[in-house]
Amino acid sequence: MLRLTLKRRRQLLPYLFLGPGLLWLIIFFLIPLLNQSYVSLESGDAELGYAFDWNFSTYSDAISNYHEQFVRSLEYAGAATVIDLIIAFPLAYFIAFKAGRFRNFMLLLIVLPFFTSYLVRTVSWQLILSDNGWVVERLRDVGLVSHDGRLLATSTAVIAGIAYNFLPFMALPLYVSLEKIDGRLIEAATDLYASRATAFRKVTLPLALPGIFAGSLLTFIPAVGDFINAALLGTPNQYMIGNVIQSKFLNILDYPAAASLSFMLMGVILIAIAVYARLLGTRSLTEAAAA
Amino acid sequence: MSSHARDRVRTWLLGVWSTLALLYLFIPIFIVVLFSFNDNQGKFNFTWHGFTLRHWQHPFANPDLGTALKNSLLIAGISTVIATALGTFMALALVRYGFRGRGATDMFVFLPLATPEVVLGAALLAMFLTLNVNTGFATIVIAHVMFNISYVVVTVKARLEGMDQHIEEAAMDLGAGVWTTFFKVTLPMIAPGVASAALLAAALSVDDYVITSFNAGQTITFPLFIFGAARQGVPPEVNVLASGLLFVVLILLALNVAVQRARGRREAAASVLPATVGAPANA
Repeated sequence: MLRLTLKRRRQLLPYLFLGPGLLWLIIFFLIPLLNQSYVSLESGDAELGYAFDWNFSTYSDAISNYHEQFVRSLEYAGAATVIDLIIAFPLAYFIAFKAGRFRNFMLLLIVLPFFTSYLVRTVSWQLILSDNGWVVERLRDVGLVSHDGRLLATSTAVIAGIAYNFLPFMALPLYVSLEKIDGRLIEAATDLYASRATAFRKVTLPLALPGIFAGSLLTFIPAVGDFINAALLGTPNQYMIGNVIQSKFLNILDYPAAASLSFMLMGVILIAIAVYARLLGTRSLTEAAAA
Repeated sequence: MSSHARDRVRTWLLGVWSTLALLYLFIPIFIVVLFSFNDNQGKFNFTWHGFTLRHWQHPFANPDLGTALKNSLLIAGISTVIATALGTFMALALVRYGFRGRGATDMFVFLPLATPEVVLGAALLAMFLTLNVNTGFATIVIAHVMFNISYVVVTVKARLEGMDQHIEEAAMDLGAGVWTTFFKVTLPMIAPGVASAALLAAALSVDDYVITSFNAGQTITFPLFIFGAARQGVPPEVNVLASGLLFVVLILLALNVAVQRARGRREAAASVLPATVGAPANA
């Protein structure tokens, strides 16, 4: 009898442990997402209010009015992800294989800038790239920027800002997967007459794939929805889908349009993840996240 | 060129590249710290006018900034405690117990991490609007707990997965109850994981702009203040507070390293001592 109740209690325990947290996520994450799909099908206007009536035109309107910002978001986020991969791979490789006793110190240096606020850092870029700033003037001297050319308020500034802000999200997963590689495997490859380049291509790179996958997603997902960089370093000509959603929601109060846009953004991201997973042959997303 | 020399050139190039990458990470930080000492004229802090300590003497000169910072710290404190408690128990359930729907729960907990912040924030606000909830301090806390739970679960799970489950079983075999085992065995063992999860949650909360901007109502947090100020010029006090925080982190890190070194030395000494001083005692 006693054994049975104990067993029952142990069976109930996981649900007891999960319950409160799960409930919080259901109420404040899942239900809002479902509610959002409902709101996206409403029609009406900001003054008289909105009512649900299967108004699918919000979606077609959103696409026809804002496909430009959608495509731009994907382009900017994609460009920033590639730039981060190019910057971070050699860095992570150096830390994993060559840094020796400076390893922890260098990892610390990657994380340290992030103890100042995201917005403070982005505002700082605003100052660095400003029209009368030292950087722009030097670039004008060298001729890389035309006489009346500018850096601030250009696509370059926004992409650079995004790439800057998410670089550690790329560097750290890359480091983790590179650090796990057994150096003897690379040695074995070169002993078996593989050139350095072949060993890298056939041994190091495949083993680093989970890190590349995780790093790219951790960079791309926040980047594609970002609107801070476009707002602070760009102009309305650089606005991304996040800027549109934010202003629809908070300034124009067009909730159905905002809801349909953010629903589509989520769809685009899920498709992008699925395609990317297929391309890299990663079996599951959680597996990559665990790496 | 010999292959040995080529290797050295390669390592050297990698080193240069890495140094440049780290420099890139620190450029805006240098500027933030530098301009906290700028003797700026008027309310703009864009061009260098010479060195001054006056902003450091009055870091809270701007009352709105003080309020915003206080709000941010309070929100971070409350939401971190709630998210860490909820998330730790979830991680325990997910790692320690087989139950129906575990895989699905795992996936569900991961989902908020794969959702862009703008979607999380907008969806939550849409619900608050539907339910006629006034947004403000409480809704910010709710939002921060929501996005932090998943981070806590992932962090604590990683720690739990590397832990020897037999120790808990041993405690239970020796007659410890479920709760005694939890508080005396499990919790002390996962404490480092829980602590780093709480630190991460607090950092994410203090720094969050996007989700907060949707659910803040009239409440101003530190990031909201900076975003608002960015249009008219960020006051130098922001630079002071940001640099101050960085210095505090640096000092804590240095202390940590010093303590570890000292402990390492003491342990090294302790392992040497028995061989010399302790030897006669054993004999």
